[in-house]
Amino acid sequence: MENGFSSPRTDIFPAGLRVLVVDDDLTWLKILEKMLKKCSYEVTTCCLARDALDMLRERKDRFDIVVSDVNMPDMDGFKLLEQVGLEMDLPVIMMSVDGETSRVMKGVQHGACDYLLKPVRMKELRNIWQHVFRKKIHEVKDIEGIEDIQMMRNESDEFDDGYLLSGGDMSSVKKRKDLENREHDDQEFCDHSGVKKARVLWSVDLHQKFVNAVNQIGFDSEYQSSFLFNSLIRRFSTKNEVGPKKILDLMNVPWLTRENVASHLQKYRLYWSRLQKQNESVTSFAGTPDFSSKDPPGSFGLQSSINMHQNNAVNSNFGYSGNKILVEDVGPRIHEGDLEGIVSFLPVAEPKKALRGHVPDPQKTSSSSPMGLTHYLKSMGPDVNYASFKATVPNQHPWSGEASAMQFKQQLKQEHEPYLLLGDGYTHLPLPIPNHIQVHHLMPAPSIYPRTSITERDESGPIEVQPFCTEYRSNHITSLSPVGRTIGSFSVEADRQIIYPQALEAISTITCCDFNQNFVNNLESDQQNLIPGSESALASLQEDLQLFLLQGYGYAENIELQNIEFSDCED
Amino acid sequence: MESNHLQRQIAYTRKSLFDQGFLDEQFIQLEDLEDDANPNFVEEVVTLFYRDSTRLILNIEQALEKSPLDFTKLDNYMHQFKGSSSSIGARKVKIECTQFREYCKAGNAEGCTRTFQQVKKEHAALRKKLEAYFQLVRQAGPAETASHSK
Repeated sequence: MENGFSSPRTDIFPAGLRVLVVDDDLTWLKILEKMLKKCSYEVTTCCLARDALDMLRERKDRFDIVVSDVNMPDMDGFKLLEQVGLEMDLPVIMMSVDGETSRVMKGVQHGACDYLLKPVRMKELRNIWQHVFRKKIHEVKDIEGIEDIQMMRNESDEFDDGYLLSGGDMSSVKKRKDLENREHDDQEFCDHSGVKKARVLWSVDLHQKFVNAVNQIGFDSEYQSSFLFNSLIRRFSTKNEVGPKKILDLMNVPWLTRENVASHLQKYRLYWSRLQKQNESVTSFAGTPDFSSKDPPGSFGLQSSINMHQNNAVNSNFGYSGNKILVEDVGPRIHEGDLEGIVSFLPVAEPKKALRGHVPDPQKTSSSSPMGLTHYLKSMGPDVNYASFKATVPNQHPWSGEASAMQFKQQLKQEHEPYLLLGDGYTHLPLPIPNHIQVHHLMPAPSIYPRTSITERDESGPIEVQPFCTEYRSNHITSLSPVGRTIGSFSVEADRQIIYPQALEAISTITCCDFNQNFVNNLESDQQNLIPGSESALASLQEDLQLFLLQGYGYAENIELQNIEFSDCED
Repeated sequence: MESNHLQRQIAYTRKSLFDQGFLDEQFIQLEDLEDDANPNFVEEVVTLFYRDSTRLILNIEQALEKSPLDFTKLDNYMHQFKGSSSSIGARKVKIECTQFREYCKAGNAEGCTRTFQQVKKEHAALRKKLEAYFQLVRQAGPAETASHSK
């Protein structure tokens, strides 16, 4: 009913929640159907994973949540989980009669919101609406940000992050409705979104414009000095600073509204805020190659961030406090938020268009991104991810990383496990660490931190880890490789000056795979004006980010990117 | 009164199923799901279970005839079967399933074969008992569903 929100009736929520149940066991299917109906949910059952995917794809907003068994003959439940998470961004709950910790962990790693043991109890099913609600809240927060920004601008320079981030109550739902109505108008002008959300789909192209605009307005001087998120926020929120109106004007995109831009901006802000919080919690660097624990990932980021400071000049700093990617506490809140961002960027259908559209030319690597992205998108198809992932890592398709991206996304989806978050954590952390700077840091880092979840992913694909590594040190690469994707993302992030939190996430995935290759290639071939290697890496990263940024987290950070000449976009 | 007598019989039969460990709490969950829209829900579910599980048993039997035994496959089948059994609260059946899986993991062919006989035995025994039970329930009529303790 509502435009951007799939829940059919917010007034009686959670009643009417549209649940898709997938289970090959007919007896359970019957029981679950009855149980869910008793919860006043709207139930659709399916005994084949393939059919479920078809149903989900056919109408993206037809369901609010998916409940699936782990063991199914036609498709592994985890795979289905991944697909759904990546393509549809729906919360997925896994079920199984097997409650072994490793299985549960795997579920969470693959992005399950919850893991129920069979026999499933009524009370457990009654609570599933919370997962849907939580997701919505995060979305709303993003959108709400627009209103807040506007209000803020008129009032004071102060920007209270807490305010924005804490709107998780019903009032936000109401606001959301208002916002939706407003966004709806926006929709008329921009028809990018295949997903029935009220938001504008930020294509790479669009995002680049956004970034350029932000850069123009003047992030450059700011960065040299401070990483403080708050200062950035202030910059964004004060009228004479980087503001939606100004950005909009500079972007010169007729159909885009200030609300769209503000929302886009807000996402970055939220992202940053989260990172900020995370950073606070991250303490150790050590890149210990122990994935299972939370620490590692963070450390990676941390190092980067530290370096970043020093290297502000390099542009990429976006206030890399985010670098501290703290994997540790990535915590649910981040996940959810980030997931949203990231996931949104993967909408599958539309994105293809958007992405292809244009990646800021940057380097070859980047150019490959668009292709890659497309490739990626294409591979969103069932089971494709893995297949394509493995298949290639050709230079041409940097996105073979998609597989990793997908995985990455999944990781993002994890909400609960703290260490799992790590994986996510760093996804969030897209904050790129300036390539140049971090190259060194990268070394120690990360690479492998990825968390257990990552390791799991390894099976799927190449783990190329970071282009930077390749460039700078082969060691890195090797070390990274095992971890594969996740690592890749790390390094990428570290190196890149982060650009879009979301992008990062995406990038990380991407970087993992092909990106590295491409990147490396590009790096070698295209020397950007930035620090050799790092710049190009940055650029390519930038590109990747761009691609991923459908949702557009083009944070001001991109300003730096501007410096990078993405001239050769080799599409 | 006849109906009283019948009701008592039903209650007694039901209680013994629990007391003797044939059924567990899941069965009660099923009973709780019964309502006006689905007055014979439990019986329907049980019927569905037995139809499905018979097929699974056949698969396992065939797999057990192969040589050498494919323990992974057997384990998968049994995992499915166990999941299914848990749906109606078939407690004893589940216990045997778990045992079977242990033997699978250990690669113990003889243990698997032996345990599987137990699985089938429990599966059949429960079926008989439930059939008798539902017969009583049907005899008593729809009013009986209300008498189930929640």
